[in-house]
Amino acid sequence: MESAIQLKSVDISFAVHGAKPFRAVAGADLNVAKGEFVAIVGPTGSGKSTLLNAAAGLLKPSAGRVELGGQELSGLNRSAGYLFQADALMPWKTARDNVAISLEINGVPRREALARADEWLVKVGLRGFGDRYPHMLSGGQRKRVAMAQVLIRDPEILLMDEPFGPLDAQTRLIMGDLLLDLWQQDRKAVMFVTHDLEEAISLSDRVVILSTGPDARIIGDFPIPLERPRDVSEIKLTPEFQTLHRDIWHLLKEQVLKAYGYNSEKRA
Amino acid sequence: MSKPVLFVLQALVAVIAIAIWWLVTQTPILGDPSRLQFFFSTPGDVARQIIAWFSTGEIWYHLWITLVEATLAFVIGAFAALVLGFWLARRPKLAAVFDPYVKAANSLPRVVLAPIFTLWFGLGIWSKVALGFTLVFFIVFFNVYQGVKEVNRTVLQNARMLGMNERQLLRHVYLPSALTWVFSSLHVSIGFAVVGAVVGEYLGSAAGLGYLIAQAEGMFDIAGVFAGMFVLSAFVLIIDWLVTLAERRLLVWRPDNQSQH
Ligand SMILES: Nc1ncnc2c1ncn2[C@@H]1O[C@H](COP(=O)(O)OP(=O)(O)O)[C@@H](O)[C@H]1O
Ligand SMILES: [Mg+2]
Repeated sequence: MESAIQLKSVDISFAVHGAKPFRAVAGADLNVAKGEFVAIVGPTGSGKSTLLNAAAGLLKPSAGRVELGGQELSGLNRSAGYLFQADALMPWKTARDNVAISLEINGVPRREALARADEWLVKVGLRGFGDRYPHMLSGGQRKRVAMAQVLIRDPEILLMDEPFGPLDAQTRLIMGDLLLDLWQQDRKAVMFVTHDLEEAISLSDRVVILSTGPDARIIGDFPIPLERPRDVSEIKLTPEFQTLHRDIWHLLKEQVLKAYGYNSEKRA
Repeated sequence: MSKPVLFVLQALVAVIAIAIWWLVTQTPILGDPSRLQFFFSTPGDVARQIIAWFSTGEIWYHLWITLVEATLAFVIGAFAALVLGFWLARRPKLAAVFDPYVKAANSLPRVVLAPIFTLWFGLGIWSKVALGFTLVFFIVFFNVYQGVKEVNRTVLQNARMLGMNERQLLRHVYLPSALTWVFSSLHVSIGFAVVGAVVGEYLGSAAGLGYLIAQAEGMFDIAGVFAGMFVLSAFVLIIDWLVTLAERRLLVWRPDNQSQH
């Protein structure tokens, strides 16, 4: 499979005032093929966002490299769309303008940009909400706008940082289905960060496990051979899903406990 | 409280205040009214003065001058502050170098500048515009500076990832963010533009509300002084009301500007 984005022995360190640099991620190797949906799972603080920021070009690796189709990335990753965990819409623009701006800044005339923004708002289930400002939308609706804003540019790689993290359980399922629906239409390469293993398995082709930081590493890589198209809420009930979940959770649990200060070896 | 009730109560405050004023200056309850009239004039005299100003049309010219000065002070001051605030906020090192000077300049009481401005710009409107400018500039400057500094990081990173270049970031992210801060200080900065104009006129000019008040004071025409103050207050209230209307239009996207029913 042709590679869309590849991390090669990536280290990422942060300068810390009055102490030696904090190495959040160490020697991360990850290859995401074109059209592949990879979920990255790890305990909080393990360096998931950090890894994604390196893939986006927002952070420069202190060692190693990020490659796009064999070319080393320098500066921002122009072929990536990034769905942030926190609210990232411009609060002074309406939903429609927030989506249209993605096209306008790339030279699409305003009229056409607005028309296409409206189409996208319909696709994400927000018909008639175009004139609302972000503060007049619910958390789930804002995420939908953000999704339209990113996807309307048709990026080759999608980076998502716990995009459904702050939403309630039902909304997360619905958003997961929406995401798979949209992704199914023209499969992009996806790096999907989450701390929720169920969400990771139900959405992705591959689940990658990050160890507890500092010096977080990729310690597990599981293919998810579940059939597509999937129904995010139904798939959890299948035995295949539950087997996968048990196997991966076995590895992840240890990391999660470590992140909360337990050490399973010492206790044993 | 419903709107009509609020309005009635607000009007009641004025009625009571004027009634007390009338009692004190027209009846002997607090001593000799003619003596008190010297200090406080009377509601009737002040009203007659105001009516005379408006019926002869004399006041319009002075209001117009004050309005022009305040408007110019605001527009020039806000614009300069916007440009400079932006420019410095994007250059933290330069901002650090200038920091003590900006603070020192802002701490200066503006009244001491009035004679200097009269010397530099003459007795016409420009010395008043300059005085208003020094007041407006700093308020807007600090707000723009803050607005640019406090741009939401995620919004900024998102805009970058969407492909905005520096110019587009300025227009779609930094400017709107800074403008919210400017708008939130609009009442204060426009009020100061008027203060600058009136104080400037008061200290030396041939026209404007400040000039009218100073003139009346020079002739111990206490009714004229009070009439001038009332007209000035009404003038400021009207401007403030217009600002509120503008604000409602411009900040519709803000959560706290939501009209609640
Ligand atoms: N700017 C920074 N400076 C110093 N340390 C940071 C910075 N950003 C993140 N870190 C640290 O790096 C680690 C990984 O952070 P992050 O990638 O945000 O974790 P996750 O997204 O997996 O919850 C954490 O220990 C965090 O404290
Ligand atoms: Mg994170």
